[in-house]
Amino acid sequence: MKIIGYIIQKEFKQIFRNKGMLPIIFAVPLIQLIILSNAATFEIKNIKFSYIDSDNTSFSRALVDKFDASKYFNLVARFPSTKEANSAMLNGDVDVILEIPKYFEKTLLKHKKTDLGVTIDAINGSAAGVENVYITEIVQNFNKNARVELMQPSDVINMPKNITTITSFWYNETLNYKTYMVPGILVLLVTLITLFLSGMNIVREKEIGTLEQINVTPIKKYQFIIGKLFPFWMIGLVLLTIGLIIAKLIFNIPIVGSLGLMYFYTSVYLLVILGIGLFISNFTDTQQQAMFIAWFFMVVFLLMSGLFTPVESMPTWAQYITEFNPIKYFVQVMRMVMLKGASFSDIFPQFIKTLGYAVIMNGLAVWSYKKIN
Amino acid sequence: MGIKAQNISKSFKNVTALKNISFDVKEGELFGLIGPDGAGKSTLFRILTTLLFADKGNATVAGFDVVEDYKNIRKNVGYMPGRFSLYQDLTVEENLEFYATIFGTTIEENYDLIKEIYIQIEPFKKRRAGKLSGGMKQKLALSCALIHKPKVLFLDEPTTGVDPVSRKEFWEMLKRLQQKGITILVSTPYMDEAELCDRIALIQHGKIMQIDTPQEIINHYPKNIYNISAENMHNLIECLNEYEHNYSVYPFGENVHYTDKRDLFNSQELYDFLQSKNLKDVEINNTIPTIEDVFMELTK
Repeated sequence: MKIIGYIIQKEFKQIFRNKGMLPIIFAVPLIQLIILSNAATFEIKNIKFSYIDSDNTSFSRALVDKFDASKYFNLVARFPSTKEANSAMLNGDVDVILEIPKYFEKTLLKHKKTDLGVTIDAINGSAAGVENVYITEIVQNFNKNARVELMQPSDVINMPKNITTITSFWYNETLNYKTYMVPGILVLLVTLITLFLSGMNIVREKEIGTLEQINVTPIKKYQFIIGKLFPFWMIGLVLLTIGLIIAKLIFNIPIVGSLGLMYFYTSVYLLVILGIGLFISNFTDTQQQAMFIAWFFMVVFLLMSGLFTPVESMPTWAQYITEFNPIKYFVQVMRMVMLKGASFSDIFPQFIKTLGYAVIMNGLAVWSYKKIN
Repeated sequence: MGIKAQNISKSFKNVTALKNISFDVKEGELFGLIGPDGAGKSTLFRILTTLLFADKGNATVAGFDVVEDYKNIRKNVGYMPGRFSLYQDLTVEENLEFYATIFGTTIEENYDLIKEIYIQIEPFKKRRAGKLSGGMKQKLALSCALIHKPKVLFLDEPTTGVDPVSRKEFWEMLKRLQQKGITILVSTPYMDEAELCDRIALIQHGKIMQIDTPQEIINHYPKNIYNISAENMHNLIECLNEYEHNYSVYPFGENVHYTDKRDLFNSQELYDFLQSKNLKDVEINNTIPTIEDVFMELTK
């Protein structure tokens, strides 16, 4: 115990003396949390909207005004013909073209039915999908109002009954994307810092030659490893704390669930990440190699974690792979506990998988750490 | 028991680092491994300090087998690698305390052993190890290697990159440690340091060429050796190489060491030859061979 305690003490001294690393460990993640949470949004705004109005009636202008009034669309141009509109889209000047046909108002009055042409730049597929939803919503709204205005009194009796859905968004009533993103980005930062620090720490001792000196001492493997990793486990929990404070103070994210449960899960989760870090440093000789390998795993884990894109929409084989992704579980647990107030029994499946992962990774790491070549 | 190595061989991929190395170091002996860079000295140290497995052969250190009993060896040896490998961002005192703790001892317990060495760096004990001068780093590394009172001390090129005064002091310290009963295995590329050891092994290309006391090794030198100087050393070496009876010619300090093929050598004849080549201030003297001369002879 005394030896482990002394190594931990030594490790902390070195961390706090490293004037280059200290700000990176604590300041950078927080700046990232603030910037990323504000920037990584799923809302599509400032859509460049253009239209071709062949009808040219007050009715068609009213439709265009609806788009102009929307906070999502910026009216950028009116084109006299489809050809010019298409070339503008090719240049990337417009995202959406709305084509209002000739006799738009008349046809609608006569046949109670008409067509509108909508062209969307779909290079970014998910943005195009969202834009389509916005456009449909505006047109439907317009249609509903128009029917009331254009209806004859005699029609009222024959009017079909409308079914209206009233949606209520649970756990995030205002559909604030920050509520969704902040817990995820917090996960990202805690993982990133602890993985990189632990991955490079033992390699650094290899590089400066101190590992060889340590290896000729009677120190036990487990003493050395626990002594080396405990400080990073602590740093991970400190980062979580600072992140939660920022989430509450700056983003006003509701923290519905139990803080104790969050810390309990995170403390087990960090063991997985530290195990991976140690495993990486056992198989690398320089900090540069360790950095690249850690980065590779980090990118794969992150993109497949459900942080940005839902796991459910991935292909089946990819969904199987995400079963091995510890970050996925952490993201799920953080969102569940923070936003839904999940209890331990709710997160039990994730917890058991994470625990199993921790045991396997640390087992492999200890096994592959050799004092003799 | 000091160190006993038998038929140690080690290869790295396609490079043979050690070939059938066998030697004994008696308890309390100061034994030197003398050889140029790349001779295999560090590999041998790593095998004896249980950091590396040999491909063949076996060895014991302080009576313990390097493979079976490695745990006991780690408790009983001090190792100072060739490269300074203490924590540069910890202070002198923190480094020493760290090594004392992981060996399960304290600085106070073994202070008498390191006192003479540590006292010289004690005024700087609050300074970070990375900010010490080369000589002071060596003293700190030696203190750290001694803090657990080892029976055998391994020093891999301890004086490389250290100034001549510190080198001399360092060897004096080793002599004093030896008097305290510590077996010392030291490697060095400096031939002048060889003469300070009790016995030496000359090692080249992973093979031991000769093991004996420095004096015996010199006594066995087969040739008469001549120290030749002239105004222009470069021309002198060229002319000597042209001389038909030369056996070996190599620079030695400011002069040139020369041996002749013939048993009966007439220095006047060589003098005349060099004069005829327009060399000025030529001087030829018979001289006593050194370890370096032996080494040059062995590696010829």
